[in-house]
Amino acid sequence: MKRSRLVMVGNGMAGVRTIEELLKIAPELYEITVFGAEPHPNYNRILLSPVLAGEQTLDEIVLNSWEWYRDNRITLHAGKKVVEVDRVRRVVRAEDGTEEEYDRLLLCTGSNPFILPVPGKDLPGVIAYRDIADTNAMIEASRKYKKAVVIGGGLLGLEAANGLMLRGMAVTVVHVMPWLMERQLDDVAGKLLQKSLEDRGLKFMIGAHTQELVAGPAGRVQAVKFKDGTVVDADLVVMAVGIRPNTELAEEMKLHVNRGIVVHDTMQTVTDARIYSVGECAAHRGIAYGLVAPLFEQAKVAANHLAQFGIGRYSGSLTSTKLKVTGIDLFSCGDFMGAASAGTEEIVMSDPFGGVYKKLVIKDDKLVGACLYGDTVDGSWYFKLLREGRNVGDIRDKLMFGESSLGDSGHEGHTKAASMPADAEVCGCNGVNKGAICKAIKEKGLFTVDEVRKHTKASASCGSCTGLVEQILMATAGGDYSAAPKKKAMCGCTDHSHQEVRDAIRTHKLLTIADTFSFMEWRTPNGCASCRPAVNYYLISTWPKQAKDDPQSRYINERSHANIQKDGTYSVIPRMWGGETTANELRRIADVVDKYQVPTVKVTGGQRIDLLGVKKEDLPGVWHDLGMPSGHAYAKALRTVKTCVGSEWCRFGTQDSTQMGKDLERALWRMYAPHKVKLAVSGCPRNCAEAGIKDVGVIGVDSGWEIYVAGNGGIKTEVAQFLCKLKSAAEVLEYSGAFLQLYREEGWYLERTVHYVNRVGLDYVKKKILDDPEGRKALWERLQFSLDGEPDPWFEFDKARVDMRQFGKLAVEQEA
Amino acid sequence: MKMNEWTAICRVEDIPVLGSRRVARPRGTDVAVFRNDRDQVFALLDRCPHKGGPLSQGIVFGTSVACPLHNWTIGLDDGCANAPDQGCAQRFSVKVENGAVFLSVLELASLATDAP
Repeated sequence: MKRSRLVMVGNGMAGVRTIEELLKIAPELYEITVFGAEPHPNYNRILLSPVLAGEQTLDEIVLNSWEWYRDNRITLHAGKKVVEVDRVRRVVRAEDGTEEEYDRLLLCTGSNPFILPVPGKDLPGVIAYRDIADTNAMIEASRKYKKAVVIGGGLLGLEAANGLMLRGMAVTVVHVMPWLMERQLDDVAGKLLQKSLEDRGLKFMIGAHTQELVAGPAGRVQAVKFKDGTVVDADLVVMAVGIRPNTELAEEMKLHVNRGIVVHDTMQTVTDARIYSVGECAAHRGIAYGLVAPLFEQAKVAANHLAQFGIGRYSGSLTSTKLKVTGIDLFSCGDFMGAASAGTEEIVMSDPFGGVYKKLVIKDDKLVGACLYGDTVDGSWYFKLLREGRNVGDIRDKLMFGESSLGDSGHEGHTKAASMPADAEVCGCNGVNKGAICKAIKEKGLFTVDEVRKHTKASASCGSCTGLVEQILMATAGGDYSAAPKKKAMCGCTDHSHQEVRDAIRTHKLLTIADTFSFMEWRTPNGCASCRPAVNYYLISTWPKQAKDDPQSRYINERSHANIQKDGTYSVIPRMWGGETTANELRRIADVVDKYQVPTVKVTGGQRIDLLGVKKEDLPGVWHDLGMPSGHAYAKALRTVKTCVGSEWCRFGTQDSTQMGKDLERALWRMYAPHKVKLAVSGCPRNCAEAGIKDVGVIGVDSGWEIYVAGNGGIKTEVAQFLCKLKSAAEVLEYSGAFLQLYREEGWYLERTVHYVNRVGLDYVKKKILDDPEGRKALWERLQFSLDGEPDPWFEFDKARVDMRQFGKLAVEQEA
Repeated sequence: MKMNEWTAICRVEDIPVLGSRRVARPRGTDVAVFRNDRDQVFALLDRCPHKGGPLSQGIVFGTSVACPLHNWTIGLDDGCANAPDQGCAQRFSVKVENGAVFLSVLELASLATDAP
């Protein structure tokens, strides 16, 4: 079959990424031809600044070598600028007359520097800062000349100024606005930045209007003249006042252009469906993005459509800015100016001598903007809070002190990646050090935190080192790589979020995984290991007694009702109500240990006994011989209710905490939930059962019981929050049960109570549980209905849908 | 032992849909046989190339299985890990005839028999 012809105009990062994505999914579909105006293969434009500063060479920033084009059978016309496209005949023509026909056209013309319309703008010695040629011209000039003026105090201008200064020039930065980088920083941070750059030797003229560039006797630029009459000598003038989408060709082609080439969510131009556009030249919902991460998202969508899959949609990105002027850390996102818009409040921390400034902008209890200078490790956390629109009312007092103030562990308290040695551990979960991350970024050409996560596993588990990984990525690959889709898809099988799937299952009464997948147009036939367990849980929690549990969509622990260990054996933890046991139970446990030769017996943190190293084929026998209920220590379900000895024995005890714990455990066991659930009951405020870090913690006081919710003793220690005080044990059952049912009905899969409550806000929970007695009773009744008659999976195999075939092995017949 | 022969292991319906069974061998690590939702049957050494996790215990989807230990995705047809992870589990030939699942006698006796 004859292949279709794909022609790409523009050989830059977004376009080439589109081709890479396309080759991954449909390598044989197109004859590909690429026109590039520059005589180079695709290179990392963001790293031009380190090249200018002498920190990297041009060879090092090439992303796709000449061989890459050849190996992928891509015809590359480098150094040929396209001047005409005939949309009727579908022919592209370059300046030198080269013509190519196309079936699909991809426009990736990027952007052009904006040149101030002042007299003298065309003089020799006046350049923009955009590509390799400009960079080389600056390096060349720095060898011959001494004085440079950079017009524009934005990111690009400051990087150019910094680079020229490092190459020995005396540099003055001219900025017409009242402070530097006004689009990314507020005035305080902008002035701190100026001070720090002045200390390094840069000069600034803030608020200065350029009037004219003056030529010297040889015709080269000699000085810059300002409106107030000031004149500054300059042998080199760099214009860095901004960029504009390059739409010249698109306009010639009569494509609709409005602040960029206007595209649909599929990245097809609105004018001509054969023509796609991605990158800085494309205007999607009115925005032309200039950061790498959104452009790569666009590339993915465009490739998907070019490959005729037709399912991806680009729905825009929220972006944050992280800027790299070597050694200076800046971060901003959202509405960082704050005061300008109505109804915002600001929290500010300022230490001008220490060179640290942080401003958080809050509106209606939500973080809407942040501006950080000097210490940016929490930037990604703030950006996440902003993106998720999380209610921050409850953590407002700690917000300024960063994520680590909420409890954090695993990376020895490091906050500045730059000062970490290569062998320092960044990710404590997966044992990844800084050197390994840098190596992967360089060798594999990684651009996003997601890619680093996939290749190195750093930040892939608990995520608390994401900020550090971002810093390392920025320092190693340059520029800004953080951006995220506005809503998070459940997994690669769908674009729907957890909330959308939950809502659809309830609204449309979906009862099976297959119905859910077909109703919500899943991309894969039977999902994957992350969405299937989630959907299975949503079905059985939303429609108890109606939706059928699907064991094959459960993680192995919940399929075999034991906890898989690193060597493939299992651990078995029988239930001990409230942590109490008897001589008979202990004797049976001892007999099981002997009979099945269990290698390790350990007392757990949840006041139970763990038998480790049980072979899978022995599990049914072990359960039978133990004769104790399943402890569900392997499940996203109620685990344990930890108790202190309470008033029955303790001389300080005010309440019978053990009995309360046993009652709670008997009422709630077999309760599946979005994640594991742990309870504790203490008999007095000395709190020996550690109820302060449990999903529900109950503390006895002389006059009754205090209920705390949403604590967590895990990766981030989270202290449970006070919900209410109750008089009777019956009330404790009702209120705890209602809270847990609310979490079961609304939590996202794998979301612990702390994350659920953080997402919806404690006030919402109080409204549902405390202010609405009818609603509370209904929740408690729904939970009891769900749990009524639920089987013990260690004994009622059929009812619990335990496939007993899994415990035996098939045999290969021995030949005689 | 007849080396060029197939040996019957089980019926297709003995393997759960989107599930697996373990096959014990006289020598060597178990072999895992998988069945997907289109009744295709695959066989791999029951050992993830990453840290040796038992693949038979993973969640099966499409033509892949997710290792139960660290969630590597392994292709059922070639035994290889999804990029960027690297490594392959030993694959075994499978024949399905009239609903019966057969493995190769030679492969069972010779492939990965001394794997740790």
